[in-house]
Amino acid sequence: MSTLHTVNKSPFTNGSLLSCLKHCRPGDAILLIEDGVYGALKGSTVADAVCENLADVRLFLLGGDVRARGIEDEKILSQARTVEYDGYVDLVVEHDRTQSWL
Amino acid sequence: MSEVKKFLYVNRKAPYGTIYALESLEVVLIGAAFDQDVSLAFLDDGVFQLTRNQNTETIGVKNFSPTFRALGDYDVTKLYVERESLAERGLSESDLQEITYEDEDDDWAEKPSIRIVSRAEMADIMADQDVVLSF
Repeated sequence: MSTLHTVNKSPFTNGSLLSCLKHCRPGDAILLIEDGVYGALKGSTVADAVCENLADVRLFLLGGDVRARGIEDEKILSQARTVEYDGYVDLVVEHDRTQSWL
Repeated sequence: MSEVKKFLYVNRKAPYGTIYALESLEVVLIGAAFDQDVSLAFLDDGVFQLTRNQNTETIGVKNFSPTFRALGDYDVTKLYVERESLAERGLSESDLQEITYEDEDDDWAEKPSIRIVSRAEMADIMADQDVVLSF
């Protein structure tokens, strides 16, 4: 049994991502969408907190939201994988439930 | 002509996630018609508005980042960006698009509109204004 967590808020103005990370269980996945994609920026003040909590949790980014914001590949944490809308659907199907951290 | 006032537009929100960033830019463009002394401040998540190579094709909303490059034609030539806000987000000046204006007092020489300032300098800039509009 696993959960797909989605986060759509910037981690610099909202605690959703950090709270989400603290509530994940092994086997869960986090998908960053909309302003949530800033949570995967390398070298930011939240990057360490994100990486520390990814031991058994996979991190995904929605590609369209990354490109819209001008975030280049080399600025993204190596642990993060980018998916498109079809990959988003696959993630929803793979997990037992989806929890949105609004 | 009436007295010129100093207007500062404070941008603290990322683009696209909310409508604030686009609305701020719209207000700046409208306000530019009134011949005031206009400055823009970008701090906190507002610095994300100026990243280069934004491409909104997939998310189906207008990419308004090229519009910042038109501000010089409206005599909006002071875009202050806070260095600490960039660093906290893993960004530096090289991650921002280039925005220039032609200086009519210097034989139309092309000059950068973006000025990177410290948090302390940003506080001074804010304290120096007649009107501050926040987005």
